Amino acid sequence: MKTPAKPVPVPASIDDTLKLLAGADYLADRSLATVLFLALKMGRPLFLEGEAGVGKTEIAKVLSTTLGRRLIRLQCYEGLDVSAAVYEWNYAAQMIAIRLAEAEGAVDRARLSHDVFSEQYLIKRPLLQALDPNTAGPPVLLIDELDRTDEAFEAFLLEVLADFQVTIPELGTVKAEHPPIVVVTSNRTREIHDALKRRCLYHWVGYPNAERELKIVQAKVPGIGKKLSQEIVHFVQALRKEDLFKLPGVAETLDWATALTELDAVALDPATVSDTLGVLLKYQDDIARIEGSKASELINQVRAEMRAAE
Amino acid sequence: MQPAGRLAENIVYFARALRVAGIPVGPGSVLDALAAVRTAGVGTRDDFYWTLHSVFVKRHEQSILFDQAFRIFFKRRGYLEQLMSMTMPQIEGMPHEPAKPASQRVQEALFAGLGDKLQREIQEVEIDMRLTVSDQEVLQKKDFAQMTAAEVAAAKDAMRRLVLPLDDIRTRRLAPNRRGRLIDMRRTLRASMKGGGSFIDLRYLGPRTKKPPIVALLDISGSMTDYTRLFLHFLHAITDARKRVHSFLFGTRLTNVTRALKAKDPDEALAACSASVLDWSGGTRIASSLHAFNKQWARRVLTQGAIVLLITDGLERDPDDRLAFEIDRLHRSCRRLIWLNPLLRYEGFEAKAKGIQTILPHVDEFRPVHNLESLGELCRSLSVPGGRAAEGRARIARTEAERAA
Repeated sequence: MKTPAKPVPVPASIDDTLKLLAGADYLADRSLATVLFLALKMGRPLFLEGEAGVGKTEIAKVLSTTLGRRLIRLQCYEGLDVSAAVYEWNYAAQMIAIRLAEAEGAVDRARLSHDVFSEQYLIKRPLLQALDPNTAGPPVLLIDELDRTDEAFEAFLLEVLADFQVTIPELGTVKAEHPPIVVVTSNRTREIHDALKRRCLYHWVGYPNAERELKIVQAKVPGIGKKLSQEIVHFVQALRKEDLFKLPGVAETLDWATALTELDAVALDPATVSDTLGVLLKYQDDIARIEGSKASELINQVRAEMRAAE
Repeated sequence: MQPAGRLAENIVYFARALRVAGIPVGPGSVLDALAAVRTAGVGTRDDFYWTLHSVFVKRHEQSILFDQAFRIFFKRRGYLEQLMSMTMPQIEGMPHEPAKPASQRVQEALFAGLGDKLQREIQEVEIDMRLTVSDQEVLQKKDFAQMTAAEVAAAKDAMRRLVLPLDDIRTRRLAPNRRGRLIDMRRTLRASMKGGGSFIDLRYLGPRTKKPPIVALLDISGSMTDYTRLFLHFLHAITDARKRVHSFLFGTRLTNVTRALKAKDPDEALAACSASVLDWSGGTRIASSLHAFNKQWARRVLTQGAIVLLITDGLERDPDDRLAFEIDRLHRSCRRLIWLNPLLRYEGFEAKAKGIQTILPHVDEFRPVHNLESLGELCRSLSVPGGRAAEGRARIARTEAERAA
């Protein structure tokens, strides 16, 4: 990962936060910039919830590159436990140490126990790594898709999020000198316990409005025509008003824009839209609903809106 | 910028109003809010709004309540304007929007909690609000006190004996287990250190099992009136006994009553339910209710191998393809779909109604449930270990065979 040589200080105001994000082509709305600024300033974890593909994970990545911090990512999954998330002992090395001690005839049990459970044999996993001192400033800790784990795992996080420390029974408590910047994301496939949310600043990341989405498309898809980008954004915005099972996110808009640019399209037409709908919609029922006549109807509606706006 | 002394006071009052309106705001959040306002300063109205929002709101649903509360509270107090007029050359006027029904709770919260002067001010708004609450549907409030005392006692008794099915599912998490097949290195080494590491006593891990979540969808339409109260007791009992139970009521619209049923006392829980539902004993729109569930809730509550209890008579007003589509989607997004139907009590029950015929092929189990006796039977049948999909299909086949004969 490329990082600037000098650590960048955290932004001093909401406007600075907006500028910082915009510098990395992340166009946030003011509410998100406010909560992000507060999280950085107050040293609190940021809890982002929202539909898939609205740029929750991206925020952590952008923060790490613009602030020049290391990004430590913990991808959550069902069955995630302490040994994969916090720490693990190097058992093979420990067993060898025990054998060696035996061979040497050392029988001081207390010392052996102390030696075997020392930092030398500790394997640090993401949560513990995030507490380590870092020359470039505290790292960005991204705990991604927390809703994918079960409730039991949330309990492990409470201590980390509240006090930025981890307790290892054999070793004691490890506390971060400078707390990391923590970003927790959730797709809301289940509710996260209130005890965890209480320790964080909460923000719901929604779909952007047409104006902001257009800016995002133009910033992220190089070489896209003005007319095409406008039509794409208006089409997606119209699609979000339809009764679909899964609405397209910003990530889908960007994929679609890239796909249409690759196909050398200059404007939307019903055939191309129907052919490339799979980039935008991910459920067969949704595709069947929009394909064909509905697609051309939406295109006409979008064109009429755009003409009216001019 | 250092907030004025009055601001702190106002945030405390505002937090209290939020609490009464139904957003759980602890004293910790109030301190956080003060710190946040101190950090961000009172710049524009929007920044102030989002600053408080980031601290007080912990769920997406709470955003609406917060928005209403913020609007009313700081409008009435006129305080924010004063504060901003000191720091800004010009104040933007408040957009005047028509009141929404959702603000009723906020209105009540603000009305109940604050000083005399404020109460008078709010009262004007409240009258305004009352007039705008429209009666778009037959919104009847159902009185729960219709069941006789004896019936209630008997029902509660039946509920107490309720044992839920023993259908543990395997999780991917491991727990210490003597007969497990994986070696637990952490415990093994710790145990062997006790003996100075001279011998190594192996400890094992096995998969941990847990009860799957239950999601209940209860029909409260007119044709189900006689049973809804009983089933609500039933839902309260299982909510009490199990950790992860989500309950939804539907008639013409879908209502999530999970939180209401969490109250320990059944009467309190049922009263809370009754307060949150607006379409008691109205019509049935199974397809649109299932559609709402599939769209808004299925992905949030049907994870981790959930069982769905669908409690309805299946008498859809106008059954069409949508019902088949929605029930099929529901069936495919849960681990097991159990249909409890009070109509099954009739000896010669025939699945003639089109709605019933549409739903039948998509359920794993089809069970009778109609009154107190059959409720006892339901408890017993649910308590039988197993009760797998195959059994349910056998039951459906039996029903169909009887119908054919």
